[in-house]
Amino acid sequence: MKLRGKKVLALGERDGVQGTAIAACATSAGAEIVLEVTHCFV
Amino acid sequence: MQLTLEQPVVRGVRFFLAHAPGLVRYGSKPSRDIARDATLVDAIQAHLRRYEAAAAYPPNQAFLGHIHPDTLASLPQPWFERTTQAIRWGAHGEIMPEEEFYGLLKICDVFDLVRLEASFVQQVRSALETHPVLTPHDLERLGNGVPEGDIAADLRRNSHLLPLYLRDGRRIGAIYAAHEEDTSLAADVLLENLTCKATAVMAMRTLLMQEQVDPTAVEYLLNSGEEAVGDRYQRGGGNLAKAVAEMSQCQRATGVDIKGFCCGPVHALAIAGSLVSARVFNQVAVLGGCSLAKLGMKYRGHLQHDQPILEDVLAGVAILIGSDDGRSPRLRLDALGRHTVAAGSSQKAIFEHLVSQPLERLGLRYADIDKYATELHNPEVTAPAGSGNVPQLNYRVIAGLAAMHKEITPAQVPDFVTKHGMPGYSPTQGHIASAIPFLGHAVDGLRAGTLQRAMFLAKGSLFLGRMTQMADGVSLIVERNGEG
Repeated sequence: MKLRGKKVLALGERDGVQGTAIAACATSAGAEIVLEVTHCFV
Repeated sequence: MQLTLEQPVVRGVRFFLAHAPGLVRYGSKPSRDIARDATLVDAIQAHLRRYEAAAAYPPNQAFLGHIHPDTLASLPQPWFERTTQAIRWGAHGEIMPEEEFYGLLKICDVFDLVRLEASFVQQVRSALETHPVLTPHDLERLGNGVPEGDIAADLRRNSHLLPLYLRDGRRIGAIYAAHEEDTSLAADVLLENLTCKATAVMAMRTLLMQEQVDPTAVEYLLNSGEEAVGDRYQRGGGNLAKAVAEMSQCQRATGVDIKGFCCGPVHALAIAGSLVSARVFNQVAVLGGCSLAKLGMKYRGHLQHDQPILEDVLAGVAILIGSDDGRSPRLRLDALGRHTVAAGSSQKAIFEHLVSQPLERLGLRYADIDKYATELHNPEVTAPAGSGNVPQLNYRVIAGLAAMHKEITPAQVPDFVTKHGMPGYSPTQGHIASAIPFLGHAVDGLRAGTLQRAMFLAKGSLFLGRMTQMADGVSLIVERNGEG
């Protein structure tokens, strides 16, 4: 998937992949993060 | 270990559960939904369990030490359909019926916030008279109750009180706001704080009684719950620890609240151990009361699957840390795992900091930890709501790290998870569910010699408070005492 120039919603989970980790990956691939959030489901 | 002045040990652990089906409507999720659709009360009420079902529920019996968590793996699911015998007292504590718990709230209430109907007080008094950790003075504090008409009139007159109901919908009293304009002292907030205090008091009193500890010999208490005690000028300022000390006859103690979301208790254990190690205090108690807000948190999933609402219990814990007695399990303060700021947020990095680094520091392998206690939430609660099996997710990461470090093969991951992990069984009571539920079983096993080491790793969702995007985590190894 090419993310350069795309806008990304980084929706993470504490016990899975956290929002900050998704955002870091997407940013390094050239995407713009428009929302970064992590949820806790317990 | 010679790095510390005094070797801290875990002298005892006790838990407390209050079956509180009548309070499910005041959990955060149910109360918000009921505010939008009042007819939900009937659907919720129709799915509330009787006390006998909650007391027979295998995960609750594991939480209270009646069965070992590993036993759950051999029990067919759903566990809530098992019709085993209801057991009030396990080896690590009791599950109290809701009627008695309302009486306990009144006993723990020093500001006349809770008013119970006179006939209900009579009923409760006779039930509480024989309770082993309650005293005649406690029963005096119950008072005589108020006429039913007084509460009905107050409910008609103002909105600054919250009616209290039993599972069957019978109104038995109310809790009143302490200030008409202060949202930090609103009835729902005070109910949350008072239930937290009461559950922590019961865990603490049970610990003191069953371990035969003189309450005046406990010098310091650390409360690690997630409640926000305080008025409008210092919301969440605390201090519930001293309130629990007062109710537990710890006359020579003071204390403080340690806040760290779900990993608060493990942080508090490390601090308690440090205070003992530095000889500041000889005995320190770590407390955690319940999380009322989480009652019925996943109720929608339970209704969808037409199963009982399983988040109907409030939990408390009390742990006594003291200097080395030659037999109690040791806290390895020289190998504390910390999810540092620099660690980042990938699961691999988090678990390297919480698990791998402490093991390396002690020259241990992954398999040298007999049992890992991590997020121990009962999957029967979370899975129907789409939240998955949280303990299993965490155990797979730990096993994956062991495989990455070539200690096991990828094919051995499932076996590692079974042997060094355990099924989740804790009520989803916030900080209570993170690692701590296994501490009672660990102390038993480490004393008996069936375990050599257990690691407790807890994670906290700091981002929920919107002050940082980060999560947190901390871990602690508890090991068998050499002379045990």
